[in-house]
Amino acid sequence: MILLIASRELRRLWLSPVAWTLLAVAQGLCAWLFLLLIDDFRNLQGRLVGLENPPGVTDLVAAPLFRVAVWCFLMLTPLLTMNLISEERRSRTLDLLLSSPVSVAAIVLGKYLGVLVFLLGATALIALMPLTLGTGTTLDVGKLLAGWLGLALLVAGFAAAGLYISTLTSQPMVAAVATLGLLLFLCVIDLRTVGGEAAGSLLGYLSLLGHHDALLRGLFDSADVVYYLLFSVTFLGLAIQRLDNERLGH
Amino acid sequence: MTDDLLMRVDGLTLCYGDIRAVNKISFTLAKGQILGFLGPNGAGKSTTLRLLSGVLAPDAGRIVIADSDLLDQPIQAKRAMGYLPEQPPLYRELTVDEQLLYSARLHGLNGAASRVALTRVKERCGLVEVGKRLTGNLSKGYRQRVGIAQAILHDPPIILLDEPTVGLDPIQLRDVRRLIRELGESRGIILSTHLLTEVQAMCSHVQIMRAGKLVYAGALADLEGRQGSTSLRIGLGAPPPLASLAEIPEVERVEALGTGRFRLYHRSGETFHRAIVERSVREAWDLWELVPERDSLERIFVELTLGEEIAQ
Repeated sequence: MILLIASRELRRLWLSPVAWTLLAVAQGLCAWLFLLLIDDFRNLQGRLVGLENPPGVTDLVAAPLFRVAVWCFLMLTPLLTMNLISEERRSRTLDLLLSSPVSVAAIVLGKYLGVLVFLLGATALIALMPLTLGTGTTLDVGKLLAGWLGLALLVAGFAAAGLYISTLTSQPMVAAVATLGLLLFLCVIDLRTVGGEAAGSLLGYLSLLGHHDALLRGLFDSADVVYYLLFSVTFLGLAIQRLDNERLGH
Repeated sequence: MTDDLLMRVDGLTLCYGDIRAVNKISFTLAKGQILGFLGPNGAGKSTTLRLLSGVLAPDAGRIVIADSDLLDQPIQAKRAMGYLPEQPPLYRELTVDEQLLYSARLHGLNGAASRVALTRVKERCGLVEVGKRLTGNLSKGYRQRVGIAQAILHDPPIILLDEPTVGLDPIQLRDVRRLIRELGESRGIILSTHLLTEVQAMCSHVQIMRAGKLVYAGALADLEGRQGSTSLRIGLGAPPPLASLAEIPEVERVEALGTGRFRLYHRSGETFHRAIVERSVREAWDLWELVPERDSLERIFVELTLGEEIAQ
């Protein structure tokens, strides 16, 4: 059932012009940036030779590319997730799912899986750009993979949060704006350290982006991975509970 | 539960704030029954059906479907049920075939079984020629039929239909009514409507709702039997005095309509018509018109929905 709902969701995205537009915009922006980064790298190359342990092309092109891709997805994911539940609620098609012999968990996980496959496909397309450099130079594949994994985990978290917020309203636009707000807040939460050391480290831990930086540097810390998984699982759990409450009473 | 009992509902209640949208409704549904929920707009019919379908949770009460409690074992209970909501739940970007196949798979049919079900249901609901069209582009009548097809696709023993005949043209209406009657022979069907004619055309049992409460429940035949006096319109060429018409046995009241026409209110009974004909011949009233005016159920419906609560 999860797979059935996921494939339905994926097909809905496949048929929707919005998804294609978002994909094209993300791809276009990242491609432009990629070209700029390569140009920078070419200009810097001469000076890098003199350094003792010079940063490679992966550090100077792939890492900044992924960093910008995060912001791209931060803006675009809410527009994809806003429809997941709220659109079904608005057009009353949610009744079909809720009256079918399918558990609420399967509905939520199916929807999540569908949108996740689409988003991971989009991140893979972006990861392909630095990968093409492999034809002309040697890449640090480990670093590249870590960076991509970070991006994928972040996007999975964005999607889970968007899915949860989409269960709260029957207005897709409200869901999109609220998701964007929440994600931006979680990204800037540690910009200023307030309330002393302890609060600072807590806010730092909560920050969505902090955990990504380590992965971009090639530092694979399981704590970071666990953070993103926990983040996603929490929001999925909340979404299931929210829909189940509707069925089980107020 | 006995074999024939499909659904048992006890004390179903749902409140929106202070308003009791559904107030302590209890009833049972057996195989072969077509139960019509009848009531004015806003009486709580749709809400009751949403509760029965498991889309909405009640504040109190139990719904037991095929030995499974809808709240405790929703998946088993929902498997025995097909539901057409007030607005057919169709994905605009899917074709009719895709929509029905998806729905069949959601209800647990495998690939092959769902294609068989699709062919069968499309024929039954007259959807063969629109299979490749997008549901978003269909007219209201067709959307409604796809909705009905969706509800009966997995051949459930219980079918819930919320205003199934809305938006249908007269020919579709006739077909859908026949379909529902056919389905009702071996299943239990609950349908809601605010039109009495729909109940008369399709249902075996009727439940009248008013302000969230069940004010009448029984077989349709019983409701028809509840009708008090009916009336007979006669036209006479040589009418006797009004008083002598009023003295005819069983006549309760006589109304002169002018130009030799009279309306006789009487207790129902075919023998009364015969007695009038015989008497008019015997007394040479020159009878030229005799129209039995069956009091429609409408009046009883209005009485029940506006008037006092009547015990079952």
